[in-house]
Amino acid sequence: MEPIIHVENLIKRYNKAKESAVNGVSFDVRDGEFFTFLGPNGAGKTTTISILTTTLSKSSGKVEVLGKDIEKDASYIRQNLGIIFQKPSLDENLTAEENIRFHAILYNLYTFSPTYGLMPKAYKDRVMNLAELLGIQKEMFNPIKSFSGGMKRKLEIIRSLMHDPKILFLDEPTTGLDPVSRNNLWDYLQEVRQNAKTTIFLTTHYLEEAEGSDVVCIINNGKIMMQGMPREIKNQLVSPHLVFESKERERLSEELKVKGYRFQEKDGKFIVEFGDRRGQEIIKSIDTPIHRIDINNPTLEEAYVKLVEGGGETG
Amino acid sequence: MNQLNAILALAIRDLTKLFRDKPRIIVSLIFPVIFIGALGGSLDANLSELAGYNLLVFVFTGVLAQTMFQSTASGIISLIEDRENDFSQEIFVSPISRYSIIVGKIIGETLVSLVQGFGVVVLGLLIGVPLSLVILGKLFVVSLIACLAGGAFGVIVMANLSSQRTANQIFPLLIFPQFVLAGVFNPIKNLPWYLDILSRISPMRYAVDLVRGVYYWGDPVYDKVVIASPLFNLAVIGIFFAVFLVLGTFLFVRNERNR
Repeated sequence: MEPIIHVENLIKRYNKAKESAVNGVSFDVRDGEFFTFLGPNGAGKTTTISILTTTLSKSSGKVEVLGKDIEKDASYIRQNLGIIFQKPSLDENLTAEENIRFHAILYNLYTFSPTYGLMPKAYKDRVMNLAELLGIQKEMFNPIKSFSGGMKRKLEIIRSLMHDPKILFLDEPTTGLDPVSRNNLWDYLQEVRQNAKTTIFLTTHYLEEAEGSDVVCIINNGKIMMQGMPREIKNQLVSPHLVFESKERERLSEELKVKGYRFQEKDGKFIVEFGDRRGQEIIKSIDTPIHRIDINNPTLEEAYVKLVEGGGETG
Repeated sequence: MNQLNAILALAIRDLTKLFRDKPRIIVSLIFPVIFIGALGGSLDANLSELAGYNLLVFVFTGVLAQTMFQSTASGIISLIEDRENDFSQEIFVSPISRYSIIVGKIIGETLVSLVQGFGVVVLGLLIGVPLSLVILGKLFVVSLIACLAGGAFGVIVMANLSSQRTANQIFPLLIFPQFVLAGVFNPIKNLPWYLDILSRISPMRYAVDLVRGVYYWGDPVYDKVVIASPLFNLAVIGIFFAVFLVLGTFLFVRNERNR
């Protein structure tokens, strides 16, 4: 099956910039996939999204969205995308319903009427359904100003789904939300995904947000550093190991060698990799008296920070 | 059809926002009040006899044109100010053509300016500027033209300013000198040659003179106040409207993506 987003050696250098913000990035996103761009601030995530959503020109490379060229078929592509921006994009002076109405008009779903009452019934039904979904039937006609941050984000998601986009872009959607709103939003997004089967393209700098996705791309300094399923990435980044301490170091060293374990000795501690064995198996097999055992399973977070920081040095 | 629909929606949005933002309506009338009431009043009391015509009326017509022109122009500039904020991001990623966005914005800001123009006219009536129904009808038409002229001026300025910061710094430099060069408060019938050149390249001048040409039509002081015939002013506005709009939109659309 053809990928829904195809990017080949994409480079973007802003005018008057010395270095490229995006520097030779390639990836594919498949239909229905939950794809995550994970990287620190300034990694090139928003730049990539801007190019994919046709609001920013690329410097070079090949980019196809929905099988179309982003330069030639920009209007078609835009019609089929939904976008949640990093910064809120609701009009604070308008009501929730008006925000949705203007969106619907811009995407050619209905003919414009200056008041809600004059809009077609199909539109009203849809808005009321959405309001019910969010539990804001009453507030639908209140100005956005009175909404909480989490509520606004949800409204933006609802709005962006009005025109049944084939791909939903979310550019750091949880920035500025408190943990509770963030979790709520997350659950809601998963629900949306299951119901609408929309392809999701997420950028984030939170590792835990990336863990739920199908494919993760770690990007730093405009380059992709690692790409794969979260589990694969985890395996690549993180290797769990045992740490032994013994008074009989030479005997332990000899035994580990004989039994064919991969290990290193550091500050009197023996660091033994699991390899394809389980930790318990290794512990049981050792005869040398041991006075201390630690099992070390670094978190993905630690591994990610290490990777990104390492990239900062070389890049 | 879709584009028309979107243009209408964009225009109505601007108007809706104005009515929701009551302080803005009041603030927008502060300058006309100062200009017409205080400046016009004092000029009238001291210099009208010398000039040979009523300077309060002179300032009123000038400020009306200037308010229409400037309000629409700065409304257009706001498109860059908030293209990275609030709803404008949403507009720019929608399938609507960039040309429709600009047209919708010009119409919207024109409507907003006309509402403010209504305030200026009420102010004029309160301080005793003679305004018959016929004159009001004519003023409405030329005010509309002044708005469109300002809108096109806004587009060409916006197309050449990249960020909100430069816009905030440059726009006043481009608009305030025009107050004087266009003769909003001061007669510019006689100017030294260098000021004359600057005056002639000030787009606002033609909007101001058009409004006066229509207001003073048939008045004995017409020749003392008005510089060129309304038809001439209309032609000049028509030309720069077309050039600014087409060139400005082209540049804006190009610069938008090629950052």
